[in-house]
Amino acid sequence: MNPTPASAIAAPREPTIFDLSRSGRRAEAQMPQAMAADVPPALRRRRRPLLPEVSELQAVRHYTRLSQLNFSIDTHFYPLGSCTMKYNPRGCNQYAMLPEFLGRHPLAPVVQGQGYLQCMYELQEMLKEVTGMQGVSLTPMAGAQGEFAGVAMIRAYHHARGDLDRTEIIVPEAAHGTNPATATMCGMKVIEIPCNADGDCDIESLRKVVGPRTAGIMLTNPSTLGVFERHIAELRALVHDAGGLLYYDGANLNAILGKVRPGDMGFDVIHMNLHKTFSTPHGGGGPGAGAVGVGARLLPFLPIPVVGCDAKGYRYLDERDLPQSIGRLSGFMGNSGVLLRAYIYMRMVGREGMQRIGEYATLNANYLLARFRHEGFEPAYPTRRATHEFILTMKHSARDLGVTAMDFAKRLLDFGYHAPTTYFPLLVPECLLIEPTETEAKEALDGFVAAMVAIRKESVEDAALLKGAPHTLPVRRLDDVRAAKHLDLTWKPAA
Amino acid sequence: MAFIPHTPDDVREMLDTIGVASIDELFDEIPATLRAGPLTGIPPAMSEMQIGRLMSERAARDGRPLNFIGAGAYEHHIPAAVWAITTRGEIYTAYTPYQAEASQGTLQTIYEYQSMIASLTAMEVSNASLYDGASGLAEACLMSVRANRRSKSSRILMPRAVNPIYRKCSGAIAGNQGLRFEEVAFDPSTGQTAVESLAGYEGDDITAIVIQQPNFFGVLEDVDRLTDWGHAHGALVIAVVNPTSLALLKPPGEWGEKGVDIAVGEGQPLGVPLSSGGPYFGFMATRMEHVRQMPGRIVGRTLDLDGRPGFTLTLQAREQHIRRGKATSNICTNQGLLMTAATIYLSIVGPEGLERIASASMARTAQLAAAACAVDGVRAAFVSPRFHEILLRLDTPVAAVLEALASRGIAGGYDASGDYPELAPALLVCATETKTDEDIARYANALAAALGAARAA
Repeated sequence: MNPTPASAIAAPREPTIFDLSRSGRRAEAQMPQAMAADVPPALRRRRRPLLPEVSELQAVRHYTRLSQLNFSIDTHFYPLGSCTMKYNPRGCNQYAMLPEFLGRHPLAPVVQGQGYLQCMYELQEMLKEVTGMQGVSLTPMAGAQGEFAGVAMIRAYHHARGDLDRTEIIVPEAAHGTNPATATMCGMKVIEIPCNADGDCDIESLRKVVGPRTAGIMLTNPSTLGVFERHIAELRALVHDAGGLLYYDGANLNAILGKVRPGDMGFDVIHMNLHKTFSTPHGGGGPGAGAVGVGARLLPFLPIPVVGCDAKGYRYLDERDLPQSIGRLSGFMGNSGVLLRAYIYMRMVGREGMQRIGEYATLNANYLLARFRHEGFEPAYPTRRATHEFILTMKHSARDLGVTAMDFAKRLLDFGYHAPTTYFPLLVPECLLIEPTETEAKEALDGFVAAMVAIRKESVEDAALLKGAPHTLPVRRLDDVRAAKHLDLTWKPAA
Repeated sequence: MAFIPHTPDDVREMLDTIGVASIDELFDEIPATLRAGPLTGIPPAMSEMQIGRLMSERAARDGRPLNFIGAGAYEHHIPAAVWAITTRGEIYTAYTPYQAEASQGTLQTIYEYQSMIASLTAMEVSNASLYDGASGLAEACLMSVRANRRSKSSRILMPRAVNPIYRKCSGAIAGNQGLRFEEVAFDPSTGQTAVESLAGYEGDDITAIVIQQPNFFGVLEDVDRLTDWGHAHGALVIAVVNPTSLALLKPPGEWGEKGVDIAVGEGQPLGVPLSSGGPYFGFMATRMEHVRQMPGRIVGRTLDLDGRPGFTLTLQAREQHIRRGKATSNICTNQGLLMTAATIYLSIVGPEGLERIASASMARTAQLAAAACAVDGVRAAFVSPRFHEILLRLDTPVAAVLEALASRGIAGGYDASGDYPELAPALLVCATETKTDEDIARYANALAAALGAARAA
């Protein structure tokens, strides 16, 4: 066995916070003055909730230890395809967490928020510039909500024109699962079209399904197959000529940042994952931020609030300013603290840096791909350039040795590398979707290739080692079937 | 300053390995006509020192007013340890725990969070959190349509006393799937949603009824009767609750004879800063029988190959990455970071601390109400039991009053006149455990001065 325990995690497991609880223990410094509250007896809670009773130190130690059981960007190379796990600059966090920003109530008068609102207004303007769109709303709280906003705007646009029959959204089969799920949430019918052997959308299939029922098409470009959709101009013409609109899923915007603008490609609406391209933290699965940008036709339908600017200063635009808006998607204006981080990041990166991001993300991906190719690994689309990510298929290992992409992924953890995205996109067998991002140094990429080569050697010599991986983490492979069958979703005291 | 580590030597070596002469050549599959020009609308780069100065100046411009606004976001003390731990890189820069073995910290935290939320709400199961309270209600309404198989109408009874933004948000998100929201009036003297006003729906096919406790006015609803009415009429009951209040108030799992079916709410009061409205998180809990209709991530405890306990995402067959167009929701993430903060917050304050925070907030609001209503031209809109907010009716338009308060460094409340013209001029105010006797006296004096000035003008 050849893992590197020093770089993998070898922390002891940790009991639950409830196991640490002792009746009557409390964090004295956090107790406000006791005051009587006059709750009508019929509305009063009878039994205290089962919350832990621990000291402040116990809580601090417990959650610090739990954090040490995680892989993260700050501790490990994290080449998770389609997720853009780049460095999250600490400065973005520090300056977004200035006490004035943290303490500002969302409904405070705008005179008490001109500093914050100016940042938001300028963020809108910068996002317009990098995407080539005419208007931006920052309110969607994640990529999936941005998608929802985009499709809802497409729907509202057709409805406003009295074009009520356009109920179909076309989605390539390689798309993220959120695309069809979003179309359904917007009350649309999903029409899937295939991709060809080179990873481009199949134009002939599109030609067959596009028509008077087409509301729009959702495209990711570069696609989730890690290649640039070369027929974009033809696709655009087909869909626009049929009266449909083009939706750009910005999941892979990092690949083309500063090189190509979705607005220039002819897209009518785009969502951006600020937690990918603009480096706000992923936080263990959120918060994201899914700002949307639109071309001229969809401007009146943007979700509110949007930040506007006039002689009196900055203010929120609402229903009165945008009466045709698709409405509100969050309690206030989205994940505002995340938006501040994205703003700070964009200002630090600046004009020239913005154009280098796409370049170096692409350089890193193509370098990794070239290294893997030289080592005899099999790219899913061998005739194509990588964009900011690419796919390896392990189908031959699976067929000849019974060692799957998942086995490689799990064994990588022992070597101290987070696994690439596995089994997505669904149409490539035994796939590993690998995205290094621009913030990784060449040494990290070389180390990753060396680990994959070593694992492949192991797969030939001792496949069981991979099947049983990981070996050095706090737990070994978990029984997912048991998890779903014997649901244990909450802690309960021992009987 | 794009956080790119490459040296010129690295770039040369990498290009040689790839077999191209320049980085630009890597973009040769993109039609030349599509290539972007310089991004003149983006300002030049700033160093961390420079952006730090700019942000500090902008923050200073916003200042730190004494805050009396609630209306869906509440100022509570946050123990320093909460965000010191939450911003650790291992938490802050991890992603969705798809690789369970490399994410046990995040997964166990979610499991602990689910346990705390289930217990606070007295429901059987919780998900790993949603985006926020407002969108959480929209998801709950969509879920009720899936879970209430006997109902065919997709009609949701939505009291007018429910937070107006939650109502708008539910309409915007769920309206596209054909849900119809019917507004239920409140009693103009009590501010409560009266069971009597539901009489018109007797015998109708109702999918669900929404009950907010406390409601938008801060008033406590007769939740037992409303819940029983819903169940007696074949509707599911959706509770919208304030999590702090649950330390004192009867939890939704115990409302009426059977308890509610879905409980949702805004999680922000549990250790999340106000931060101009986000990021917050929504919580959602339900009965075990509806767990497969619940949107969002769910974590379960299971065993590993060696038979030792561990945590993993479960019931993923509900989710978009598996079910695509047939998923329960398009939701992909939870609000992991905020959920983590809330879990640490609840661990530190514990059951007694949360109860004290809730009691102090309620007591401070009672004090604020008395002080404000003693001001000439101010009265309570409703005489009813309430939690930590009160709707005041003024004798002059609210906007000018709030402006005057702002000039004295006070964020003086939420102008509810636009949402409730029938109650205008109406000002919703809130006090929590963060407010002192002096703060409340300062507010009352400033309010008196503002009203006096408005009357004189």
